[in-house]
Amino acid sequence: MSTYNDIPITGYRRENGRIGIRNHVLILSVDDISNAAVEGVASLIRGTTALPHPYGRLQFGADLELTFNTLIGTGCNPNVAAVVVIGIEPKWTDYIVKGIAETGKPVAGFSIERYGDLKTIEMASRKAKEFVQYETELPRVPVKWEDIWVSTKCGESDTTSGLASNPTVGRVFERLEKNGNTLIFGETTEVTGAEDKIMEQCATKEIAAQFKAAFDNYQELVESQGVSLLGTQPTEGNIRGGLSTIEEKAFGNVEKMGRCTIVSFLQPAEAPKGPGLHFMDSSSAAAEMVTLCCAAGAVLHLFTTGQGNIIGNKIEPVIKLSANPLTVETMSEHIDVDITGLLRFDYNLDGAADRTMEMMAHTINGRLTNAETLRHDEFVITKLYRSA
Amino acid sequence: MKKGILLHEVNDDVGVTVMDLNAGEEIGVVTLEGKAVKYIKLVSIIPLGHKVAMRDLLINQQVIEYGHPIGATVAPIVAGEHVHVHNIKSLRWAASKSKLFET
Repeated sequence: MSTYNDIPITGYRRENGRIGIRNHVLILSVDDISNAAVEGVASLIRGTTALPHPYGRLQFGADLELTFNTLIGTGCNPNVAAVVVIGIEPKWTDYIVKGIAETGKPVAGFSIERYGDLKTIEMASRKAKEFVQYETELPRVPVKWEDIWVSTKCGESDTTSGLASNPTVGRVFERLEKNGNTLIFGETTEVTGAEDKIMEQCATKEIAAQFKAAFDNYQELVESQGVSLLGTQPTEGNIRGGLSTIEEKAFGNVEKMGRCTIVSFLQPAEAPKGPGLHFMDSSSAAAEMVTLCCAAGAVLHLFTTGQGNIIGNKIEPVIKLSANPLTVETMSEHIDVDITGLLRFDYNLDGAADRTMEMMAHTINGRLTNAETLRHDEFVITKLYRSA
Repeated sequence: MKKGILLHEVNDDVGVTVMDLNAGEEIGVVTLEGKAVKYIKLVSIIPLGHKVAMRDLLINQQVIEYGHPIGATVAPIVAGEHVHVHNIKSLRWAASKSKLFET
């Protein structure tokens, strides 16, 4: 049987040296009211990917910063070959363009004021057409496993997640860590009960303290709304499935990091500065978290599910793993890697990790994931508070 | 004899069933690495995904799974018994509640 090691992998080498596994020409909205122009360009020019979203106006402070960092980070992602940016006014459009231009990739900005949608669409479409013809000439080149930045998250978890699919990702991450890959995980509130384990796996006391501060901050925010996470976890469904305590649920979750060492604590959407496993402060909502991982530069996502979360992302392909036989059977169009065999003793954890990495190799080489074929194009900006 | 229980760590107090199991059955316990650890005779009916005690546990004793405490016993538990919300509870939840009453 062939293993992932026998499969040569290829990708796109970007101007800044990063490796992408997709080759999108992005048509990116700066703000909500520019979505119509963005959709207009994308429907005119074949081979473009529209990225509309509902925010970008009258935000302020850290919330505005995160929205712009998410937009710039997504444009900078190596799965993107070139970007056309469209915004209502030139100032913020230029800000996004400059942020993306730091990668050296082709990027152009258009603002709608003084032109209107139709003229803007025409100008932006001519540029998009040029970018598509540039992008379609780019060759795939042989790449190394360590060139692939990988992120992970779990969703709709059940006992099979902690028992099989999360430990499988943990084993994959241990191998990739040894290999020198850059890895991202997070979900600040979902680790409640196992936060000591995360702190134990931090490389330094400073990183552990940064994590703990963000963790406490999140708990305070939740409690300030009169809610207790401890009182709601584990859920009724979790308990039916066999989970007894919040600690047990959390330890199942953090199995995804395996025995890797956490080498840095990242702000939401912040790009890692070196190889190893990074903890990113993030919501546990699937689409928000994957969007932040993509903005931080991850090019491939491993998503584990028990009951069947169906999330995808427009730019960062999402591979879904499940060890729940009922989910694999009833939601087969969503599950890329079936690891129910681990629970039937057909293979051990290394066998499950091999199967996962084989699917990763095919996905890196261009095979569309289930989420990509089903148009699960979720792009969800994390909003920190209300706009002005 | 059939295999039916997975252990996260060899020394865990509890294993997890991978199929519905009946009282009286003697079931093989295996680690995620595929290493056979022992056989255990079940004293309860245990549904898929639920926990079974690997050894006798006293009341008010920490319960180890994933190599870490996941709660404490609120009743004595014997090897082969179903371990769930009726005989263990969160250490965190109790701590949080007492904190709530204090403040």
